[in-house]
Amino acid sequence: MNVRLYIWQRLTAALMVPLLLVHLAVIFYASRKGLSAADMLARTRGSVSWALFYGTFVSAVAVHASIGLRTVLTEWTPLGTRASNIAVIAFGLLLAVLGFRAVVAVVLI
Amino acid sequence: MAGTLQVSLWRGGSDGRYVDYEVPMRDSQTVLDIVTWVQRNADATLSYRFACRVGMCGSCAMTVNGRPRWTCRTHVSKVASNGRIKVGPLENLPVIKDLAADMQPFFEKWQRAQGRFAPSKTRTDPIERIAPDSPARLAANAAIECINCGVCYAACDTVRWNPDYLGPAALNRAWTLVNDVRDAANMERLTAVAADSGCHACHSHQSCQEHCPVALNPTASIAGLKRKTAQAYLRGEIKP
Repeated sequence: MNVRLYIWQRLTAALMVPLLLVHLAVIFYASRKGLSAADMLARTRGSVSWALFYGTFVSAVAVHASIGLRTVLTEWTPLGTRASNIAVIAFGLLLAVLGFRAVVAVVLI
Repeated sequence: MAGTLQVSLWRGGSDGRYVDYEVPMRDSQTVLDIVTWVQRNADATLSYRFACRVGMCGSCAMTVNGRPRWTCRTHVSKVASNGRIKVGPLENLPVIKDLAADMQPFFEKWQRAQGRFAPSKTRTDPIERIAPDSPARLAANAAIECINCGVCYAACDTVRWNPDYLGPAALNRAWTLVNDVRDAANMERLTAVAADSGCHACHSHQSCQEHCPVALNPTASIAGLKRKTAQAYLRGEIKP
């Protein structure tokens, strides 16, 4: 890890702390109130706020997890730095695609 | 104190093996005493390294019962397990022969981390006045007494997993120079330690601090370097 990756990983970690707390609070709220899927979609559809909230969350997760996985791959597998970089870029893109697909599903569709 | 110790010493290169010896037990006996006894009385071909015998030179570090230690200051009574002692060369370094590890990669990393003083003045300039209680001097003082023994390097998990990692000793040395106001090469030094396999590769496991025979805390020095390099990078002063 170099200083640029280090800063990105710390920044995304700091960003995720409040986002995670809100996310957990939302889960508790939805389950305690007994909201159905239709109730939840009624709240999220067309909501710019939820789109921004989970869009930011997905972006932070994709960056943070990829940097962490890069360290695991370079230290614990025979993959070199170059192969690890390619693998984690693919992994980050996969996380981003899956995450944004879910955001689109609850906000737009 | 009477009796004998069962001592296993590593013999050969990296493909060697442990060989058992019986060594007489003595009062206040150190691990280095044991190794020396074997060389003088059992097998003169045993290779190992030592110099000062008083914990100053950092030459005699070896792996004792699985832990890296300075053997001249390690008493047998504190480390023997049921009268048995197993001594090998330092880990994370190539083996030259028997108990002598090759320190070349260790010192090459001191050079990679710019662990040498770069003077900013000439002999004709007045002597720099440094307040002993200034924060930079206090930080340097806390890290400066390294004896280059390699114990922290042998104990470091990150070095084990990433052979390119600069390691705790070289980074600790860099931290003392970063805090030396007389030094002229700090941007080059921060650039060197901010690269891949530099200070940011440290996982803060703190094995270096746990094993350091002179009770230094290289983990704290590395944390200081992480802060300094992050600040310099955000100001655009260095590039990774």
